[in-house]
Amino acid sequence: MNSIENVSRRGFLKVAGISSSAFVLGMSLPITSSQAKSSASAVNHELNFFVSIANDSMVTLVCHRSEMGQGIRTSVPQIIAEELEADWQKVTVVQAKADAKYGSQGTAGSASIRNHFTSIRQIGAVARDMLEQAAANIWQVQKNAVKAQKHFVVHNATGEKISFGELASHAAKLTTPDSKTIKLKANSDFSLIGKDVKLIDLDDIVAGKAQYAQDIQLPDMLIATIVRPPVVGGKVVSFDASEALKVKGVVDVIALKPRSIPVGINPLGGVAVLANNTWAALEGRKKLTIKWQLGDKQKHNSSEFSKQLVKKVQRKGEKVATKGDVYNHQYNENNTLEATYTVPYIHHAPMETPAATAVIHGKKCTIWAGTQNPQWAKGTVARELGLGEDEQDNIELNVTLMGGAFGRKSKADFIVEAVELAKTSKRPVKVIWSREDDIQHGYYHSISANYCKAELTEQSSADHWISRNAYPPIGWLWNPEAKVPSDNQLALGFGDIPFALNNLSIEKHAVDSFVRPGWVRSVACINNGFALGSFVDELAVKAKIPTRQMWLNLLGVDRHVDPNKNGFKYSNYNLDLTAHPIDTKRIKNLINLISDKAKVEQALPENQGWGISFLRSFGSFVAAATKVSVVNNKVTVLEMHTAVDCGIVVTPDRVKAQMEGAMVFGLSIALMGEISVKDGQVEQNNFHDYPVTRINQAPEMHVHIIESDKPPGGIGEPGVPPVAPSITNAIYHASKTRIRDLPVNKVFTV
Amino acid sequence: MIKIILNNKPVELDVDPQMPLLYALRDELQLTGTKFGCGAGQCGACTVHVNGKAMRSCVTPISAIAEQAITTIEGLADKQGNLGESAVQVAWREFKVPQCGYCQSGQMMSAAALLKAIPQPNDEQIIEHMQGNICRCGTYKRIKAAIKSAAGNTTDLAANNASPNTSPANTLPSNSLPTNNNGVEIFDARKFTHDSKGA
Repeated sequence: MNSIENVSRRGFLKVAGISSSAFVLGMSLPITSSQAKSSASAVNHELNFFVSIANDSMVTLVCHRSEMGQGIRTSVPQIIAEELEADWQKVTVVQAKADAKYGSQGTAGSASIRNHFTSIRQIGAVARDMLEQAAANIWQVQKNAVKAQKHFVVHNATGEKISFGELASHAAKLTTPDSKTIKLKANSDFSLIGKDVKLIDLDDIVAGKAQYAQDIQLPDMLIATIVRPPVVGGKVVSFDASEALKVKGVVDVIALKPRSIPVGINPLGGVAVLANNTWAALEGRKKLTIKWQLGDKQKHNSSEFSKQLVKKVQRKGEKVATKGDVYNHQYNENNTLEATYTVPYIHHAPMETPAATAVIHGKKCTIWAGTQNPQWAKGTVARELGLGEDEQDNIELNVTLMGGAFGRKSKADFIVEAVELAKTSKRPVKVIWSREDDIQHGYYHSISANYCKAELTEQSSADHWISRNAYPPIGWLWNPEAKVPSDNQLALGFGDIPFALNNLSIEKHAVDSFVRPGWVRSVACINNGFALGSFVDELAVKAKIPTRQMWLNLLGVDRHVDPNKNGFKYSNYNLDLTAHPIDTKRIKNLINLISDKAKVEQALPENQGWGISFLRSFGSFVAAATKVSVVNNKVTVLEMHTAVDCGIVVTPDRVKAQMEGAMVFGLSIALMGEISVKDGQVEQNNFHDYPVTRINQAPEMHVHIIESDKPPGGIGEPGVPPVAPSITNAIYHASKTRIRDLPVNKVFTV
Repeated sequence: MIKIILNNKPVELDVDPQMPLLYALRDELQLTGTKFGCGAGQCGACTVHVNGKAMRSCVTPISAIAEQAITTIEGLADKQGNLGESAVQVAWREFKVPQCGYCQSGQMMSAAALLKAIPQPNDEQIIEHMQGNICRCGTYKRIKAAIKSAAGNTTDLAANNASPNTSPANTLPSNSLPTNNNGVEIFDARKFTHDSKGA
């Protein structure tokens, strides 16, 4: 746990926008000996604050997590302001630079609030306590005789008030109390958490003033575009830059360092064209001639590979979890269902392609980037520049807004490219990725096959369940020998089946990797959720009962499921399983709610159908329902609902927005999302051949949020997994055509 | 040297006449509200107005719009000229449309052009006109709602009176503009021939 300290007098005042601050509360990790030297410097400490209060009462709060559209730059400060008793109108937000003292800044896994809710609250609570103590000292009363209230501390007996601004310099002189001794607010006293506040970046975005990584402009800056090896692991043999250099505005052509497997989060190498403007760089790029050595990944063809994965999962795999015995059981063929589901490679395609700007002066390196993981990027850059652990302060990494990320911008490859080119060219360099670069050189959701088998029971449930999957694991990025997913990966809607089964076998397979695998919004929950949600629907059809009923029957009695009991080391998204249980009551509640709200069992016109699905992921429970029509081989999605139980809701409108966005993201995955690879090269180029959902495909949408006082779960990703199976289940009920291989547009017009 | 009227002010550009307007705006004029999304006229993130009509600036050479009136998100205003207060911007704030926000300049420029052509669009017209603008965050539901709300508020300067300081003689030949079936013109400059030496 991080420690909170009063750092008012340590030279924080240089931080932009808080020059009049009197009271500054910082947070730091326990200092290890190797960090001790650098942390004594003011430069370092300047950035290490969370709360600062100026004499005029303006409160500056730091957001240490990265904004990619989820609204975290509102929600984190909102949580601090809640405990601080700050007036939201008097709060401004500063974005943290990359600094280990903030603790985790890795904005991924829908983790910002679910993993840090309490520690973020404590920061606000400690500041509030110190302001109360300062007021109590002035009035010469006990602390419990005063109370912070909307930017003032009030004397309970007299009703007298002192503003935060007046108290700031007094609070600055106090010793910071131990955060564990400060009582957090009761949920019933929340005045900001659970309310919709003014969104921090809304006005700037609407005015066109919000600054993204693509928007960085520096004097003397060059813009770089890079031709990367068409196949992962490929290298430049030779290149001819003479024609490119003739393009007006092109300044230089630079070969990037060749890179090897394991690819990690490093750049891919290639040849860069640097120019005075984007157009010149792009024109110059067209005139490059490059001879490549493609390497052995050129043998990869995704359509053949998918067939191999399907074949693989027909066979028994390596144990993930077991209960009872499925292999010495005589399956009754009439009541047994087997199905194999496939999902292709999928790409993030954020609207803002990757971009980063770097400038190097001597040992000092300054970077502007939209990154989901500022500290990981900083460490990677430090290694690139040959800086030691204690020299990381030479790197200043400014975190910009991201124009979407969805997992792509966790990786620092594009940031290292900018640093490499700034170092070589000795000028500030902004690396921009074209859309083609983005689509062809991504970190893809892995191509996969999932197999399910189960036998219906006399109670219209199922047992003797087998789940298998096979897909290139993300661990391959760092270890070329990695062939099976880690337990953390297998925990994503696979090893944590919540059903009341007596006999269960969950198995994994070893798979080779050929393109860079990555985390795409909800990660392996995409394929595992698709298989699970589809298979339950298929079981319901076979049992001739409503899909809702099959879910309820499979879930069984209300209980907390513990996958560890099946021999699976279950990580539960790094959440405590007692505080964040797999609670079948909450699942059943959602299945019933979505079915009732969407009226999924209502009689429909011919060629129309409802489909439902569910997945618990990242600590949250989400059910989805979709209505489609299938006419003349064309699927039209008519209506979608999601119901979410994510525990305590911090910013309701942003939870709703994430659910709306997840429906649209899930639509893209289900209907059209496919990256195909031929001879090791991605075949798609831009939005014409990697289509994503457009407004004409977006149906009527409804979001149902469960009111809850349970600890908060994640919200960025959990909306996605149940969407695709709800769509394909609806297609089945409308047309009797079962889609087991995504995307839908292989079979139907969308 | 190519002259354009940018957000009601004359601007001269000394650039390759083939340079798409997008890069001239962003790299030369530091107007970064207009975004790069695809470079191929497929996503709408770069949408600006040329004489009040929506245009994809990433595929529009600067030479094709010489002497024309260009409005970018930075110039979108209400009838009184209050920047940032156009009907669509007011509605975008009211409905909290943006998530990451990156595509939203283009969305708002397309929406403003729609409302100029069709002040009270129905659902089909909204969908028809807006399907060239991709939002990967999936804000479509709110975009539709915001456009309908803005349709009740017709005080836009940029949407109603696109080129107050420009000679009408310099407007583009409207008969050559591709027109979709709801009458909204979407200008794709690749379909124009132009003097590559510039105006």
